[in-house]
Amino acid sequence: MESQVEVRLEGISKSFAGVQALEGVDLTIGKGEIACLAGENGSGKSTLVKILAGVLRPDSGSIEIGGRRYPHLHPIEAVRAGVQVIYQDFSLFPNFTVAENISFNQALSSRRRLVRWREVREVARGALAKVGATIDLDARVEDLAVADKQIVAIARALLQDARLIAMDEPTTALTEREVRALLDIIRRLKRDGVSVLFISHKLREIFAVCDKIAVLRNGRKVADGPGSAFDLASLSLHMLGRRLESHAHSRVGSRGEELMRVERLGRAQQFSDVSFTLHAGEVLGITGLLGSGRTALAKALFGLAPADRGGIALGGRPVRIGSPQEAIALGLGYVPSDRLTEGLFLPQSIGHNIVVGSLDELSSGGLLERERVRGLTEEWVRRLAVRTPDADMPVQSLSGGNQQRVVLARWLARNPRVLVLNGPTVGVDVGSKAEIHDIIARLAAGGMGIIVISDDIPEILAACDRILVMQAGRVVEEVESATVDEDRLAARLAS
Amino acid sequence: MARLFARNETLVTLILLAFCAVTAAIDPHFLSVPTLFDLLRNATVMAIFSVGVLLVLASGGIDVSFTAIAAFAMYVATKAMVALGFGDSMLVAILLAGGIGLLLGLINGFFIATMKLPTMIVTLGTLNAFQGFLLTFVGTALITQVPLGMRSFSRTMLVRMETADGSIVSLPVAFLILVIVATVTGLLLNRTMLGRSIYALGGAPESAARVGVRVVAVQYFIYAYVGALSGIAGIVHGAMARVANPFDLVGLELSVIAAVVLGGARLSGGHGTLFGTLLGVALVVVINNSLITLGIPTTWQNVVTGLLILIGTGLPAFRAKLAAQRAG
Repeated sequence: MESQVEVRLEGISKSFAGVQALEGVDLTIGKGEIACLAGENGSGKSTLVKILAGVLRPDSGSIEIGGRRYPHLHPIEAVRAGVQVIYQDFSLFPNFTVAENISFNQALSSRRRLVRWREVREVARGALAKVGATIDLDARVEDLAVADKQIVAIARALLQDARLIAMDEPTTALTEREVRALLDIIRRLKRDGVSVLFISHKLREIFAVCDKIAVLRNGRKVADGPGSAFDLASLSLHMLGRRLESHAHSRVGSRGEELMRVERLGRAQQFSDVSFTLHAGEVLGITGLLGSGRTALAKALFGLAPADRGGIALGGRPVRIGSPQEAIALGLGYVPSDRLTEGLFLPQSIGHNIVVGSLDELSSGGLLERERVRGLTEEWVRRLAVRTPDADMPVQSLSGGNQQRVVLARWLARNPRVLVLNGPTVGVDVGSKAEIHDIIARLAAGGMGIIVISDDIPEILAACDRILVMQAGRVVEEVESATVDEDRLAARLAS
Repeated sequence: MARLFARNETLVTLILLAFCAVTAAIDPHFLSVPTLFDLLRNATVMAIFSVGVLLVLASGGIDVSFTAIAAFAMYVATKAMVALGFGDSMLVAILLAGGIGLLLGLINGFFIATMKLPTMIVTLGTLNAFQGFLLTFVGTALITQVPLGMRSFSRTMLVRMETADGSIVSLPVAFLILVIVATVTGLLLNRTMLGRSIYALGGAPESAARVGVRVVAVQYFIYAYVGALSGIAGIVHGAMARVANPFDLVGLELSVIAAVVLGGARLSGGHGTLFGTLLGVALVVVINNSLITLGIPTTWQNVVTGLLILIGTGLPAFRAKLAAQRAG
C-alpha cells in the first residue's frame, strides 16, 4: 500500500562545535504510518526530533510537511504545520489540573481571551476519549503517575490538529503494562490517520508497533525499511555496528578478595532485602527502571540516605554508613547521576574540582600546599585524558564526557577501595562513553571494586561482570553479563 | 473530602476559627459588629497589597518594592494635588496615584522582563531606589493638610449604625475599593487567558515559553498591575490617615508577603488563590487584634505570625518531601 507522504526530511546535517551530530539524513513518514527512529544514546535521534520541531536549525537539508517545503522551521511554524513533539519532560504545567493542561495550548493558540471552564472540561474529556483513556480531569498534574502525565501530553498534542506526533523515548519510565497501554494508544492514532515518529532504543517495543524502521548510528542513517525487513539480530547489529557477543569480558574469574558484603539491606518504602558481594577487580552492575530503588540503594551505600535495616561489611568488618563523611573515611567513593547538581562546582576550575575531595591530605597546619595540589591535578588530568588546554579553566567549559572524568578524578585522587558510579554516562556522547567504560575496566583491573548503577542496558552489559536486576525495591535476578543478551535483560527489567 | 483537607485554605480557615473561638471565650465583646468593622478597617490596605503580591508570587516572581511604590505614589500624588489645587475628587487622587504606581511598576518590568534579571534582586534595588528618590528629591515633610477629596473620602462611610449601648460604628468606603480590587483581580486570574498564563509561567516557565505564552508581555503586565494596585493602596492609606507621610508603609512588605504565603501561595510559583490570600490577611489581622485583646505584648505578634508561617507552609512542604521520597 503506497500511502501519501506526510513528512519528508532530505539531507539533514547538523554539527555542534565541530562535532557532527547528523550527516545527510533522509527520512520519509507516510500518513498514518508509525515510523521508528532507532539508535543508541547519542546517535543523533534527539537532534533530528529537535530539528523537526523547529527547536534546532539544520546546517543543510530540507523539511517537507503536508506538501510544503521548509528550509528550516520555527517552533510555531512546526506546530502550525502539525508537528507535535512529546518531550521526555512532557512540558506540562504541574500546577494545573488535567483538564486545563490539555486545553491550555489550544486556547492560547486560538487567541482566546477568556476562559470558559465548562468548555475546558469538555474539550479535555473529548481529547482523552480520543486516546481511549480515563483520567480524573480535576487531578493536579503534579500528582499524576508518569504514564498518566504522558497520556495528558498526548491528548494535548491531538488537540492541536497534529499530523505527526514525535515521541522521544516515551517508554523509559513506564512499567510493562503501561508500555502496552501506550502502544495501544499509538495504534489508535494510526487508525485516525495521525503519523507517529517513535524514538527508542528498546528493540521489543520497536517490533511491537512500527510499520517502518530507520536506524541512526553516529549521526548517519545506516538502515531504513519496513519493520518486517529486520529481526532482533539485524536491528541490533545496525544500531551498535558490532555484534552483541563482543560484550563478553575476558576479565571474568580474575576477581580478588571480598571487598564488600551487603546483607538484607533495606530502607523503609524504598528498597528491601538487598544482598550481594563485591570483590576486588569486579564490576557489579545494578539495573532497574525508574522507581525500582536502584538510586535509593546507591545513596544508601554511600550514606546519603542511610539504610535502616540489614548490614554492610567492608573487608569482612561490619560497618555502619550513616553519612557521606563516614563512607569516605571507610574508603568508598560515589559519583552521582546528576553531576551538575550533585557533583561539580561548575564555575570553578578543573583543578579545584579534582582536589576538593582531598583537601585534608593536601594541607598541613590548615594551609594548602600549592605544589602538591598542582601535582595531583596534573596527574589526574593526564591519567584520565581530560581534554583541556589548562586545568585552571572552569569545569563548565568542558563537554559532558570530560566533566564526568573530572568527577571521577576527584574520587580517584582519594584512592577509594569501592567506587559507586550512578549513571556514569548519562548525557555523554558515544565516543566518550566507550572511553569511560575503558577507564572503569582499567580501574577494576587495578584491584578496585566498582558498582555501576544504570538503566542503560547496553552500558550495563558492556561495563559489568555481574548484574543485579531490581524491581519494586527488590533484587529479582542476578546474572553474569556473559550469559545474557540485551533483549533478555530488557525483558527482565520491564516485566 | 480528602481533597478539601489537602487544601491550604481549609487549614487556614480552621486556624482562623480557632483563634476567633479562643478570643471570644476570653473577651465576650469579640463576636460583635464593631469588632468586625474594626478588623475590616485595619485589613483594607494590607489586603489590597496582598492581592498584588499574589499575582507576582503566582507568576513565580517576588516583589518587595511595592511598599516603596505605594509611599512614592501616595506622597507625590498628594503633593501635586496640594500644589496645583485639583484635589477635590478622590477618584482623581486614585487615578493619579495608581498611574504613578503603574509607571514605577513598568520600571520593575523593564529590568525583569526585558533585562531578564532575577525579580528579588530587581525589586530589592527599586525598593531602595524609589524610597531614596522620594526622600531626596520630592520631600521629607509630612503633609497634614491633605486635599479635600481625600478628607471627605475618609469621612464617607459604607455602613453606619448605632449599637445597643448608643455608640456609632461604621465601615469606611475604603473597604469598597478592596472589594472592587479583589473582584477584578479574581476575574482576571480565574477567567482570562492572561490570568492563566500568569499561573502557567509560575508553574513551568520553560513550558510556558514553549507553548507560546508571551512571557515578556505577561511579566510587564504583572509588575505594572502590582504597581498600580500599590499606588491605590498608598493613596487609600494616606486618605484614611489624613496625612501623607513619605516614611510610611516601607517596612511592611515582608508582613504582607508572609500573609500571602500563609494563604497558600508558594514562593516557588504557580500556586495561590485569591480566597486563600484574603484568608491569610484575615488571619494575620485577627491574630494581631486578638493578642491585643488578650493583653499579650505586641512584640509577640511577630513570634506568632512567624510560627504560623513555619507550620502553615512547612507542613505541606514536609508532606511533599515525604511523597517525593516514596516516589524516588
